[in-house]
Amino acid sequence: MSIKFTNDHEWISIDGDVATVGVTAYALEQLGDLVFVEVPEAGRTVAKGDEAAVVESVKAASEVYAPVSGEVVEGNAAIADDPAAVSGDPAAGGWFFKIKLSDTSELDGLMDEDAYKAYVDGLD
Amino acid sequence: MSDQDLLTTPLDSLHRELGAKMVPFAGYAMPVQYPAGILKEHLHTRAGASLFDVSHMGQGFLIGEHAIEAFETLVPGDYQAMSEGKTRYTVLLNEQGGIMDDLMATRIAGGLYLVVNAACKDQDFAHIEAGTKGKADLQILTDRALLALQGPKAGDVLAKLAPETAEMKFMNFREVEIGGINCFVTRSGYTGEDGFEISVPADQAETFARLLLDQPDVEPAGLGSRDSLRLEAGLCLYGHDITTETTPVEGDIKWVVNKRRREEGGFPGADVILDQLENGTERLRVGILPEGRAPAREGSEIQDLDGNTIGTVTSGGFGPSVGGPVAMGYVKTAFAAEDTAVNLIVRGKPLAAKVVKMPFTSKSYKT
Repeated sequence: MSIKFTNDHEWISIDGDVATVGVTAYALEQLGDLVFVEVPEAGRTVAKGDEAAVVESVKAASEVYAPVSGEVVEGNAAIADDPAAVSGDPAAGGWFFKIKLSDTSELDGLMDEDAYKAYVDGLD
Repeated sequence: MSDQDLLTTPLDSLHRELGAKMVPFAGYAMPVQYPAGILKEHLHTRAGASLFDVSHMGQGFLIGEHAIEAFETLVPGDYQAMSEGKTRYTVLLNEQGGIMDDLMATRIAGGLYLVVNAACKDQDFAHIEAGTKGKADLQILTDRALLALQGPKAGDVLAKLAPETAEMKFMNFREVEIGGINCFVTRSGYTGEDGFEISVPADQAETFARLLLDQPDVEPAGLGSRDSLRLEAGLCLYGHDITTETTPVEGDIKWVVNKRRREEGGFPGADVILDQLENGTERLRVGILPEGRAPAREGSEIQDLDGNTIGTVTSGGFGPSVGGPVAMGYVKTAFAAEDTAVNLIVRGKPLAAKVVKMPFTSKSYKT
């Protein structure tokens, strides 16, 4: 299993042809306290860059984009019920949705952990 | 505007020391939140006491023998009937009856003490100066900071430092010394809680803020929670819930037109506003409670159950004390009755909501 990252501050945990997508700790820090999460329903087809989920803090609403194309296998009902369960740690269970990849080559353009770290350091 | 161009308040270094997240607001670098975060800062304000820096707001004195009469030509409030040491919320009106800003004006010896919104202050002061020329002198106070101490424990906290504030009631003003610092204390605020707005000399603002923060029960709070607190309290945010395009009657703050002024007129837009008081308006500002958990933000369309557009959300978000989304906005008057079912269009989908009475949380002013 490998972890990749996007410029939009999503993490993607890849297991075979299924990608689990979440939001990074950096993005969560920027958002502040979360009060509402909407996740996609299973069966929905998304193209890379589509709005796939919504995350809202007290201040503002933000979209979570599909970092890869494919079919949504599952949206995480646990975070929709309790937005505080959203986690920047891929191992912690606070993911947004799982996508069955339609084009695994899309993964090639994503950052690894070191590259993402350097990218975030450059933002501050 | 780059960060370098932003103005700072006298508490800027204190905010940074406290770990605030600073954001640009009305040309100033302001703390939107401290490390505790908006939710905790909001809830603490409803349980204890929070200290807000609102030094970006404009303060001034309008002084002169005819200051009160001159000021009344710009606003619909009755200031002649007030005694010294009393504060009243009012609005600057344009000739169409639209609201140019909302403000607090306090009767003091020789005239009025004014507090106006940061984003409007330059134009407000220019307007007040022009409108009272020859009758009163406007002195803009650029050397004073403004702090708000808000929450159910604010009264006890301040009474410990300045016992004479204990007898102050909501919308009372007093000039007092606290820790050797000259303070203009108004028992008012923008959170729906008891509390004070306190003007202090800029060069003593940090000392004063530290004195308050040293008190048990007092925590710093930023503009983020100030906004969620005022929204739950049903209070208007200028430029959003009331603007030059809305009148006090449409904005459901018609009580700013005091009785004598209603009878006599003599304020800008009086013909429009007095007619609206008599005959009503086509739209009204109302509270809106979404039924689900998704917040409806400013700009969301409001529809009736048949899908017709009936209005727009002007403020909306999550109410931490309500524990769910809250909003306010303008609807056609036929839909303004309490419990009217409406839909809010969020991300293209209708969300069920109903018109409700505001505030969303009960106010606890000291009356």
